This record gives sequence, C-alpha cells and structure tokens, in this order.
Amino acid sequence: MAVKNPAAPRTGLGYWLYLLPGALLLLAVIIVPFLMNVAASFTRWSGFGTPRWIGLDNYRRLFQDERFWASFQHNVLLIVAMAIVPAAVGLVLAAALFDYIGRKFGARTASALRAAYYLPQVLPVAVAGVVWGWMLHPSYGVLNELLDAVGLGALSRNWLGDPDFALATVMAVMVWFQLGYPVVIFMAGLQRVDPALYEAAEIDGASWWRRFWHITIPQIRPEIFVVLLTCTIAALKVFGPIFVLTRGGPGTATLVPSYFSYLNFFEKANAGYGSAIATVLAIIIVVVAFLFLRVQERES
Amino acid sequence: MTSVSARPARTTRPARGPRPASGRPRGAGPGRWAVLAALAVLAVAMLVPFLLVALNAVKTPADYAAGGPLALPQAVSLDGIIDFWNRVNFGRKLLNSLVISGAVAVLAVVLSVLNAYALGIGRVRGRLWILVLFLVANTMPQEALAYPLYYIAKAVGLYDNGLALILIFTVVQGAFGTYLLSAVLGAFPREIIEAAAIDGASRWRILWRIVVPISRPTLSVLAIFFFIWTWNEFFLPLIFLISNDNQTVPVALGVLQGERLMDATTSSASALLGILPAVAFFLIFQRTLTRGVTVGAVK
Repeated sequence: MAVKNPAAPRTGLGYWLYLLPGALLLLAVIIVPFLMNVAASFTRWSGFGTPRWIGLDNYRRLFQDERFWASFQHNVLLIVAMAIVPAAVGLVLAAALFDYIGRKFGARTASALRAAYYLPQVLPVAVAGVVWGWMLHPSYGVLNELLDAVGLGALSRNWLGDPDFALATVMAVMVWFQLGYPVVIFMAGLQRVDPALYEAAEIDGASWWRRFWHITIPQIRPEIFVVLLTCTIAALKVFGPIFVLTRGGPGTATLVPSYFSYLNFFEKANAGYGSAIATVLAIIIVVVAFLFLRVQERES
Repeated sequence: MTSVSARPARTTRPARGPRPASGRPRGAGPGRWAVLAALAVLAVAMLVPFLLVALNAVKTPADYAAGGPLALPQAVSLDGIIDFWNRVNFGRKLLNSLVISGAVAVLAVVLSVLNAYALGIGRVRGRLWILVLFLVANTMPQEALAYPLYYIAKAVGLYDNGLALILIFTVVQGAFGTYLLSAVLGAFPREIIEAAAIDGASRWRILWRIVVPISRPTLSVLAIFFFIWTWNEFFLPLIFLISNDNQTVPVALGVLQGERLMDATTSSASALLGILPAVAFFLIFQRTLTRGVTVGAVK
C-alpha cells in the first residue's frame, strides 16, 4: 500500500506547513499573552512603567482577601444556577417533550415549546442583562409592577440593589438564560435512543418516571456530560451579566473572579494583582475541564 | 432489564394500528392536558420578558406614564426606537458587529481547515497533544489573556481597532474549529485522497478541490457558530473598543445599561434593538443551527 502511494514517502513532513499559520497565531494570541499574564502576577505593576518583581506576594494577599473568597463562593452558586439547575430541569423538560408531548400532541407542539425555551439562548448575554436590568429596575421595573398587579406587592423590592437578594436575582436570570441549551441538546440526544426501548418498558408497565431514570438518563449520558462541562466553564467565566446588572455590587454581593480581575486591571490600576486573580481562574478552569474529561473517559 | 424483551415485542409490532407508540389508549384522561398546560405556562414565562420589552418599546413616554409597563400601548410609536437609534448611532454599531463577526467567521473557518488538514488527514506526529493544546486555548478564560493583549495592542497601534478583535477571535474560535474539524476529517475517506494523489494532485489542490467541497456542510455550520459567538462576545470588545464609533452592539447596549441614564421607554427600546438582530440570525440560520447543535453535542 505505502509503496504504491506516491504521497506516502513524504507523509508527515509536508503537512506541518499547514499547521504553521495556526501555530504562529496560537503563540501570538494565546500562549505568549498567557505567559505574560503569569509573569505579571509575580509583580507589582500599575500597567505603566516598569513592573516590580515581588514573588508570590500577590498570591499571599489573594488568599487572605475576603473579596477573592467571596467571588469564588458566588462562582459556585452560579454553577448551580447556570449548570446544575438548567441541566436537571432541562432533562425533565426534554424527556417530557420528547416522549410525552411529542407522542400525545405531535412533534409540532413539542418543537414549538422547545423553541420557546430556547429563545433566551439566542441573545448575547449582555443583551439578556439589558432586558433584565429593565425588568428589575428599582423605580420603573416591570417585575415589581407585576407583583403589585397580582396582589403580592409586599414582595416587591429593589431586586438588584438589596445585598440579600442581588445574587439570588442574578442566579434566577441565569437560569432563564441557560435553560434552553440543555433542552435542545438533550432532545437531540434522545433522537438516537432506540424507540423500542421505551415501547418495551411501557409494555412491561414501567411508569414515566421509571423510564426516565432507567432509559432516558443512561442513554443520553454523553450529552449530560457535555452540557455540565460547557455550562460549568461558562459559569466560571461569567462576566457580561454581572457587568451589566450589578457591577459586582451592592458591595461585593455579586462579585465574581472575572469581574474582580477586570476591576483590578482597568479601574484600580493593579495589573499585577489582577493577573494573579486571572491566573488562578485559568488554572481552576483547566483543572475542572480536565477532571470532567477524565470522569467521562472512565465512564465510557 | 426491560430491554431484553424489546426485540420480540418489536417483531410482533406490524399487526398493530397506526399509533403504536403508547400502550394505553390515546386519550388517557385529563392528565396529559395538565402536563401540556404546565409546559405551556413555563413557555409563556420564558417569553414574557420578550413580550414586555416589545410592548413598552413602542409606547410614548406619556403613554407609559399613564398606563404603566403592563398596559397595552395606546398607539404604536416608533419614536423611542428611532430616538435611541440616532442617539447612539446604532447603524454604526450594527455595521461594526457585522464586519467583525463576518470576518471572524470566514477567517476562523480557513484557519480551522488548515489546522485540521494537517491533524485529521495528515496525521502529523503528536497530533493528540496538539489537539489538547488547541482545546486548552479555547477553554482559557479571556481574563487571563486580556491585559497582555490590551498591552500588546496598544504597543502595535491596534488598540480601539476592530482588527485586533478579528485577529483574537479568529484564533480563539479557530481553536475550537480545529478540535471539531480534526475529528471530522479524521473520518474522511482515505481512498479519495489516495486516488487524487495517484492522479498527481498536490496536497494544496487536494485540500481545496476535494476536502473542502466535500466537508462543506460542516464548514458552514462552523461559520454560523463563529459568527454568532463573535456577535455575542462582550468582555474583550468592552476592553478593546472604547470609542463610540468602534463599539459593537452588545458593548454599546451593555455600557449604556450599566450607566443607568435612560428612562423606561428608551431602555426597553434599547433592549429591543439588542434582541432583534439575535432573533433574526436565529430564524435565518435555524435549520443549519439545529443540525449544528447536534453535531456539537455528539463530539
């Protein structure tokens, strides 16, 4: 085979040329800047002038900084709001649409409902923030008006301005924004499940919940992994909604690492400290992605 | 397990009626209507913010002051939208977003094709590690690149210039495209390539005359994704594009919202102007997209 193929003797070498532009760009846009960021994290630097080497001081300071720990705590809660809740609810919705609504009311009804759940996902996340900033505005916000109209006026409040409610409000907005993504992915995954499995289970008298637990979830396990991985990473990186809705406030009630680093870079002229925050965030994200992929590999 | 009985059950199936899916009779009581109603209520709840934004964007401030945000508009007035459009020069923002997203879509696909040709078809040595590198590059938080990129862009005169963003997002999106496309091209029928090589076609020719045309459906899905992802980007455009004339749509709207300088109707007009292009792209690309989401899910 290799003898007959005239391209074979050159195999390997010539193809490297095609990788050259990609490699150079990756070096210039990702690798070198990341290394610069790591280097800057060991310095005190305002962003102008010469950085001063201070070793691990930024990291020491970081681990004693309450705002840093608060921001990671908020990140964990945002993983709940952006990955866990949407995946769990999305799983039930996708199964209900696919295997109940689709069969009893037709595929059209199911896909119309799916489109409604998915619509928030098409928005730029900053625009979703603009929409909810308007809905939740303390003086003319629609949500408070809506509560008044149904007699729950006592509940109305400055949702994003109250330190006790700001993070919960942002979490609710993120559930609204994320929900459609798992629904669409899971419904696509269900397409490849053999319908005979469901039919047989039904003939055996298995209830909808039993079928859900014993057929739906095991069959679309790969999709569940993909959704949890991508949404967890998105939650760790979240910036746009925080910038638009709360700017991390009130106080530090909704501060997240990405916004915290942004503040240090561009508002406090603390480029060294900002770099340390960003480096820790990058390490966490890479480790999380690695762990997910390891677990997935072991599963399959 | 239940699946053991699946095969025999299936073979007896053809004797049954046209709607074999459910064991029970089709109209199994009011329960199914309750399920439908619950799902429909949730769908309405998801859509309410869109409806309210649209409803209030077409009110005049006086109309809004009289009836509040929940009343139907007295008359459809586009004044708020037109005012906001002119005030922020929205056409310019749309153009900026279109140029940046369009350029990234094309360039990132080209970059992905070149990389994936070497990795998927050329199977260069160490390709697994190279793929991991691209994947890590794509997952890397932009926060950990932002300041050095900002610093470099300033040094080379690309600060506050869409070109810098086109370059950065081409690499970031191209890294994902490389990962996905390498898997796709890894399964490319080798006989076709070998046949072309025997006929004397160069690698360059094989790439553009054979591999690219045959992979076209995947490439167009990738291009659409890159376009929409770039359109939706916020963090780096916020940092890089500071002058009004260079801002993209999400940055312009996000910054204005953050400053809280607008009244209720202008604010809803701005939200509507952010929603409309996104929904338009969704409708235009829907068919390709649903296919594409599935492709992404399997990988």
